[in-house]
Parts: sequence; structure tokens; C-alpha cells
Amino acid sequence: MMKLTKTLMVSALAAGTVLAGGAVANVTAKGVEYKDVADMLIAVMVADRTVYTKKVVQRLAAKEKVIKASEHFDDDSALPLPAQMFRFGAEHVADKTDKFSYSLQSLWPINKQNAPRTDVEKAGLKFVNDNKGENYYGEETLGGTKYFTAVYADVAVAKVCASCHNNHKDTPRTDFKVGDVMGGVVIRIPMVN
Amino acid sequence: MTRTTKLWLLWIVMTVSGGSVLMAGMLFGGPSRAMLLIGETTSGHHQIELACSACHTTAFGGPEVIEKTCHGCHAADLAASKDSHPIKKFRDPRNADRLEKLEATKCITCHTEHKPDVTHAMGVTLPEDYCALCHEDVGKNRPSHKDLSFATCATAGCHNYHDNTALYEDFLEKHATKPELKEKPLVKLVARQEIEFEPVGEPLTTAAQADAPAAHSGDEKVMSQWLATSHAEAGVNCSGCHAPEQKTAEDIKANWVTKPDHTSCASCHAQETATWLKGKHGMRLAEGMRSQTAGPFGIFREKALPPMRTELARLPMQSKIEPHTELTCNSCHSAHTFDTAEAKVTSCMSCHDDDHTKAYEGSKHHKLFQAEAAGTAPKGSGVSCATCHMPRTWMEDETGYDEVLVTNHNQNANLRPNEKMIRSVCMDCHGLGFAIDALADKELVKKNFDGRPSAHIESIDWVMKRLKDRGAK
Repeated sequence: MMKLTKTLMVSALAAGTVLAGGAVANVTAKGVEYKDVADMLIAVMVADRTVYTKKVVQRLAAKEKVIKASEHFDDDSALPLPAQMFRFGAEHVADKTDKFSYSLQSLWPINKQNAPRTDVEKAGLKFVNDNKGENYYGEETLGGTKYFTAVYADVAVAKVCASCHNNHKDTPRTDFKVGDVMGGVVIRIPMVN
Repeated sequence: MTRTTKLWLLWIVMTVSGGSVLMAGMLFGGPSRAMLLIGETTSGHHQIELACSACHTTAFGGPEVIEKTCHGCHAADLAASKDSHPIKKFRDPRNADRLEKLEATKCITCHTEHKPDVTHAMGVTLPEDYCALCHEDVGKNRPSHKDLSFATCATAGCHNYHDNTALYEDFLEKHATKPELKEKPLVKLVARQEIEFEPVGEPLTTAAQADAPAAHSGDEKVMSQWLATSHAEAGVNCSGCHAPEQKTAEDIKANWVTKPDHTSCASCHAQETATWLKGKHGMRLAEGMRSQTAGPFGIFREKALPPMRTELARLPMQSKIEPHTELTCNSCHSAHTFDTAEAKVTSCMSCHDDDHTKAYEGSKHHKLFQAEAAGTAPKGSGVSCATCHMPRTWMEDETGYDEVLVTNHNQNANLRPNEKMIRSVCMDCHGLGFAIDALADKELVKKNFDGRPSAHIESIDWVMKRLKDRGAK
């Protein structure tokens, strides 16, 4: 139990500011709180995305310029953009399990299908945009199933995040800067009655 | 026993017998099965329509059971076409309300078999304006689409539900200004690449090296044909096809197959055979295609569907072909010569007899093919039937990790819808706009593209206008 708690604390720290306060997860023999599960998941997602962005895209495309990163990576023989990598992961998970799902959304989406659709998504994305550093947790019923839904801010951590979105021909917003909330990660876990 | 009782008994016996025959046909196969088809099948499935268990894997299985079989045959092709609407996208609970309108996680929502009265192009059985169910506000971001009918989204050469690899907006923009014909029109995977097979031994150069048993050797014509092939050059002896895996003369003799089938070819040409089994030529021979399944008391024995025959085809076929001629690898690749040049045109035309095929001879594409064959034009400049319908393609090998260059023998892989052909074939030589227009012109297709497109698809114009308008802002 002690070992597990330590591991979780390390994970929480690695996820940086996304996890609220890096609190120790409430893991008991009865189970894990929905909120803690969502916080653990976002820690892994953020870690993987950060590693890909820094160790692959920024190093090889921005710094060493040995390969480009492109939205049309297949046609351009380039690296997928970090946001695409994230979405592919979400689709892969959707293919493998229905125990949870996640998506990357925005109030200013380049692809209009990535705008918030449910009331909780709309409220969550607005909340993380208005309350920097805080997460949003809610419950909703979709298609007859009750879900625990967590929304985490997705922040422009590098200049290229903001500039790429600002310059995209389909963007509805062109004034993003580093540190701005550009969207949010929505994690959904079906709740057991 | 009164006459009435006798008649009643006779009626009962006949009803039970007739019902049993029909029931047996449905469950196990036999002559009555064809009568039990509940409606004409689509052009994609008609060849396997008597292998009921290919889709109805259990006698009383519902839609869920059938759905699984769709994926078994079509999942790889959908993945390869970078499906725009993959099922995994709709599994996200945020789409629950959309699924109530259209159950997009199931193939059979849009493609229901045995419904000829409501079946549209691509086997779609929904009303053609189905895009509106999710994209009804498309006009907000695309003013050019504002007054368009939703029934035209997938029928006007602009969008496909699954494969949009040659039709997406940025691709249209990137290739908007390309000329109708490239400066050096060459099929790149032919001009620049070779398909290589590992030799299985030293080249075989004399008839004395043939390892066929005495009863099957001695035909000088066969020997000289074989010695001229790349098979002999790669060390493939008679036993390579007629008794695969057998090493000793005794085993070769004991396991000799006079007419090897596709399973023998597959021992070296795995991907070619696998793709052939997915296409209309070979699908009847794919695993699980049974016209009859094992039944009670040994009355019914398991029976595979026999190979395709021209008289079963729905497309016009040559009448001169002898009935009951079965379609095998050797139908196109003549045994012992395996002439790939013959397989590119002559073999196709020996069976197919539709307008498109008949118009090939003398067409521009045919002249290019002849010029390359005569050695007066560069490698890859010719356009044969196979250039477009069985193009070379990079495919995952059996490990799923490495890619190998393969002649795709599934001639339907890039044919329905025909825009799938744009990237895999047309754009090697032609500009995108020209290719889109040509493929949308049904009369030009009939003429085997001998002429200019009379149709014009406006998608590229609209993309460029949108860009211009945005730039102006």
C-alpha cells in the first residue's frame, strides 16, 4: 500500500500543475475514487504527450530540423502533431476498452467536431478557461449510462502551439499566446450503480 | 380410415417433408438454398450468397452476429483507406445523441443485405441524404455548401463516407494547380521499384534438373516453358508447385497434385493470394465460404463453394468461354509460362466483355502499353488493365509491422468508389483535378478514358475560392 501511494505521488508530481495540488489518491481495498482514477489517467496522458512534444517534435523538428511535423504527416512524410498523437491514443483506447474514454476539445476548435457537445463539456471547458490551474469534475447521463466526467485545461506550453493554431486557416481564434488555455482534455468513466 | 383422414395425413406428411427440405437447405445447404434467398444480394456479395454461414455464422444469430463478420473481411481495407468515420470515433459517449439518430458503430446500419429496392451505390441502404443527420450545419462554415442537397454529398465526386484520402480539403488545395498530364507520366511503383522474391535455390537451367515423377515429366513443351520462367531462375522446381514442402522423390511422388490451386501459389506469393481471395475473382475460395455445412446423420457434408465461373458474373462476359470453366490463378497466369505481360491485358479481355473493356484496345492507355512492351517507351509508362485494377501497393506483411511491395490482386480494392483510384493510380500521371473530373464522367469511363472529361467537379474551385475569401479578410 505504501509503495503504491509513493508511486502515485511521483506520478502526480510528474503531471505538474494539472493535478490539483498533487494530492495522494484515495486508494482502498474497496476501490479508487472516480476523481482519482481520472487524475491518474491525465497524469499518464500529460506525461506521454510532454515526452513526445519535447523529445521528438521539438528536438527533431524545431531544434535539429531533421524532419517536419505536419497535420498531414502521411502525405508530407512528417511527424504527427502532438495533438494528433493524443487523439490517435484516444481512438486506440476507444478500440480496446469502454472502461473509460477521453478526448481533446476546445471552445475554439479547428475541427468543428471537437467543440464541446454535452452540457458538462461546455461547463467544464468554460470553467478551466476561467479558473486557471483548476480542474472540473461532474456527472452526466449519456445514452442511458451515467458517467463521471473530468475536464482538465490544455494550455499552450510553447510558442509553436499558439502560432500554429493562430495561423491555421480553420481557426476561429487568432490571438492565442503562451500560457493561454486553448482547450481541455475530457475524461469520462462510466459509473457503477 | 376415411378418405378425408387419408388426405389429411397426406397433407401433413407432404407439409412436414417440404418444410424439412427447405429448413435443411437453410441450415445445411443443398439445392433448395438458392430458393430461400430473401432478396437479391448486392454486387459485392452475390458471388458468396449461397455461403450463408459466411455472414450468418449461427442459425439464429441477430444483427450482432452478422456485424462481426463484416469486420472480418473489411476491417483491413477500411484501415488502409484511413477511414474518415471509423467506428472507434463513435464509441466516445459524447456521441450518444448522434448514435440515437444513426447507429454509426455498426456497418449494418448503412449496409443491409438482401434489400435490392433500397440499395444505392456502394451498397448503402440508407436514404442518400444521411450526412444531414450529423452535418446539417455545414453551410455555416462552408457557404459554398449552403444550398446543396445532402443527397449529393457522396454522389457528386466530392465526398465519401469512408475513403477521402484524395478528396480532403488540404489535399485539393495542394494539388489544385497541377497540370492535366505530368511532364514525365510514369507509374512510379513500376518505374522505380522491383518486386523481389527470395530465390529458393540455384537457377534451374536444364530439363534434367526437373524433379517431377516419371509419370508427370517428359512433356518437352512444358519443360521449355518452365525453364524460361522466373520460377526456374529462382530455383523453383516442379515440386515447388505440385508438391510443396516435399523433399524426397518418394514424398514428391506420393503428394503430387496435378493441378495445384491457390494454396500452392500462396506458399511463395502469400500477399498476392491473400488479396486475390478478397477480390471478386477469388472470394468464393476464401476461408469459411461453404455452400454446405455438416448436417445430421451425415446427410450433409461440409462443402466449400466452388471457384467463380463467368456464367455466374453480373458483368458482361465473353460468350465464347466454355461453361463451367473455373477461375483460378492459372486463368490469368497460364500454367508453366506464368507470363505476367499476358496477365496484364490479354487474360482480362479473354473473359470481360463490357464497354469499358472493349474500348481499351486502341485507347491512349493501350497505345502507351504497347509502346512500353515494344521497348520504345520507358518502363512504367504503359497503362494496362492491371495498372489501374491490380496496382502495386505497399502492404503490411503477416507480422503487421513490416511493409512489402505487392501487386494487389483484389481488383476491387481501389474501384468502389472509383475515387479510391486517384492516389493509387491516376496521380502518377495526371493532375488531381483532371483525375476527379475523368472518374466522375460515366461516359468517359465507358470509353476507357479515350477522350476528355465532359464533367467538372467544382470541389477544387470551391476550396480555392474559400482560401481567397479568407485571405481577403
